[in-house]
Amino acid sequence: MRSHTPRLALAGLFTLLAFNPAWADEVQVAVAANFTAPIQAIAKDFEKDTGHSLVAAFGATGQFYAQIKNGAPFEVFLAADDTTPARLESEGATVKGSRFTYAVGTLALWSATPGYVDDKGEVLKANRFQHLSIANPKAAPYGLAATQVLDKLKLTEATRGKIVEGQNITQAFQFVSTGNAELGFVALSQIYQDGKLSGGSAWIVPAELHDPIRQDAVILEKGKDNPAARALVDYLKGPKAAAVIKSYGYQL
Amino acid sequence: MPLDASDFGAIWLTLKLASLTTLLLLLLGTPVAWWLARTRSWWRGPVGALVALPLVLPPTVIGFYLLLALGPHGFIGKTTEALGLGTVVFSFSGLVIGSVIYSMPFVVQPLQNAFAAIGDRPLEVAATLRASPRDTFFSVVLPLARPGFVTASILGFAHTVGEFGVVLMIGGNIPDKTRVVSVQIFDHVEAMEYAQAHWLAGAMLVFSFLVLLALYGSRRGKSAWGAT
Amino acid sequence: MNAQIHARLKVARGDFTLDVDLDLPGQGVTALFGASGSGKTTCLRCLAGLERAADARIEVAGTVWQDSARGIFVPPHQRPIGYVFQEASLFSHLTVRDNLAFGYKRIDPALRRIHFEQACELLGIGHLLQRKATTLSGGERQRVGIARALLTSPSLLLMDEPLAALDAPRKREILPYLERLRDELRIPLIYVSHAQEEVARLADHLVLLEQGTVLASGPLNQTLARLDLPLARDEDAAVVLEGRTGAYDEVYQLLDVHLPDSALKLRIPHAPLAHGSALRIRIQARDISLSLAEDPRSSIINRLPVTLRALSDQGSPAQMLVSLDADGHPLLARVTRYSCDQLGLQPGQKLWAQIKGVALLGQ
Repeated sequence: MRSHTPRLALAGLFTLLAFNPAWADEVQVAVAANFTAPIQAIAKDFEKDTGHSLVAAFGATGQFYAQIKNGAPFEVFLAADDTTPARLESEGATVKGSRFTYAVGTLALWSATPGYVDDKGEVLKANRFQHLSIANPKAAPYGLAATQVLDKLKLTEATRGKIVEGQNITQAFQFVSTGNAELGFVALSQIYQDGKLSGGSAWIVPAELHDPIRQDAVILEKGKDNPAARALVDYLKGPKAAAVIKSYGYQL
Repeated sequence: MPLDASDFGAIWLTLKLASLTTLLLLLLGTPVAWWLARTRSWWRGPVGALVALPLVLPPTVIGFYLLLALGPHGFIGKTTEALGLGTVVFSFSGLVIGSVIYSMPFVVQPLQNAFAAIGDRPLEVAATLRASPRDTFFSVVLPLARPGFVTASILGFAHTVGEFGVVLMIGGNIPDKTRVVSVQIFDHVEAMEYAQAHWLAGAMLVFSFLVLLALYGSRRGKSAWGAT
Repeated sequence: MNAQIHARLKVARGDFTLDVDLDLPGQGVTALFGASGSGKTTCLRCLAGLERAADARIEVAGTVWQDSARGIFVPPHQRPIGYVFQEASLFSHLTVRDNLAFGYKRIDPALRRIHFEQACELLGIGHLLQRKATTLSGGERQRVGIARALLTSPSLLLMDEPLAALDAPRKREILPYLERLRDELRIPLIYVSHAQEEVARLADHLVLLEQGTVLASGPLNQTLARLDLPLARDEDAAVVLEGRTGAYDEVYQLLDVHLPDSALKLRIPHAPLAHGSALRIRIQARDISLSLAEDPRSSIINRLPVTLRALSDQGSPAQMLVSLDADGHPLLARVTRYSCDQLGLQPGQKLWAQIKGVALLGQ
């Protein structure tokens, strides 16, 4: 048994090498937290189809900005907004012309309680809740969009004392899912799976009530010579990725 | 100085939170520390470990469990709702509860050490001088443990000022209610308002340094805690 | 015997057991004497209530302090005791005055029998009152500790080797204060010690402890003279006698010391002392030689007629220890076995004891 072990290990190594094409590269990606689930699904297909591998870090867009400006080794950036990639581009931290919108977020008013949120959002006007959860509008595009919706509906004053802010959209979702806030504005992608609501009740907020939540991607300076970075960006624009992105409740 | 009203609101709120938390911790932590320092009970280990947990747990873990426990589906939240108090998440009281738990070891452990350092002898002396155990506690133990109380207060206060994760999880970032300095700094960084972030962060740095300086400065030559 | 302190104690702790049943006089100084580990401190702590013996009955002056059979345990702060620890254990956060006042102010003014100035005067600490406890010397600390205990006006004083932590000069500094205490205050004192010198000077009653049991308990001079106790086996075996000063010979500088209830006296080279003052003398066994007849030609001036009470070889092939009676006062003499046989010593025999050296204790 013992004498077989090294030979088995060696055989395994050859197998791995054989299935890993010689041109395979690795790409380091900074991904906005709200895009966690879709990118994981996309990464599987991407690695199978292209042979490249993808290493993703998930976090807040503002933090990624600070890290990228301070030398973080990311090669592709999938942001939660369109301003941060634009800013990086104007500061010369990206590959010129690589910026594009990979997904448009959909805002949803959601409650963990089934039947609590009606499909017209009347629950907001009825105003019988104690806490309305939103993402921090200064930092998160979904938070900004939520305040725009309240403005449009002329509910800003009425809800002022009831708004609780999560630092990001994930936390805004958490406040609602744990029942601490009866309802909140979340990303549809958080409550949507395989084209339907995964629990509770929701109102998908009409797009005209807020500025579009464009999520832009960009190839960063560090990734300019990495073929895998280019390959990922191309793959995201392709039909296979688009189908996955849509299934999570994003638009394109 | 680029600080605005919301920054000063956050500073004021932070000082209020830290003061109240420290006061409550001294009241709650003193009996706990006394018990831990004196008991020979089997429970000493488990209780000591429980009190020390916030030292090693990420604050977000504490915050997450508090969010669940204090929320309408949690057992504490259900109790407070049944009592007609509503839930304390997203309120100043909620932050106080979270901070008390989070800063507990920073108050209990210095007190416990101070009590343990006193030893049995001064207590025995006091008993033979007709002081009841309660009398002894106030007339002998508290004065002898004074350096421990100073350390505990400073650490409890400073640690609460520096608290972030727990507040983040259960605060809801409400101005003047739950938006403390550390969260405000995070907000500024997130929103790329680096000037304001610098001012607040720098102030915090100076504050923390001064606190530690006071602590280590006062410790010099203060080893004789017990009776001579 | 006026047995006012009764203590029956059973303590089992690891491999240490204490099993004693003591009846102690309710007056004077009782020494608990024994090697370390003999259980003397444990006895004292049980009396104070600092330790709670599982099986015990303690009764002092008619009051029950502990009776495990009836579930009675009076906590230490409710027992009318004064306790002096080996280290003075002054409160470091208080001044000397506040240390002294700690117990004093907790005593009902109507029940105070010892007053602040009196205690300060008795222990000579009046000049230290403003000092911090931490700035005192070892001897000063212990004097303050004793005064502090006295100021609770205790019915029973307990001292746990109060001199053991001090060097010889400090011991000499404090012993006179303890003698004053014994002579001027009528408070029974139980004194734990393993130093013969202190016991000889202070004790009236001696309790000998060994490995948690009582070997002997009785008046000091009788107990010291008992041949069956390990004390007599000691190289420094000695008896202690109470005496009273008599005439003084100015020419030869000799002081007469009369033994009570007896016509016997000893003449001791010494400075003059007030006539009639009480004092203690110690005579070591090795300083006494025996002869069959009085020998006026001897250089030894102290020659007493004695009756031989008992002989013991103490396990030694060369030496014999002889217990003597000098008109009701016990004496011990150490002589060679050879002399024993030559003189044909036997109990009941009339002899002359020649005393080579007498120590006046505490002078």
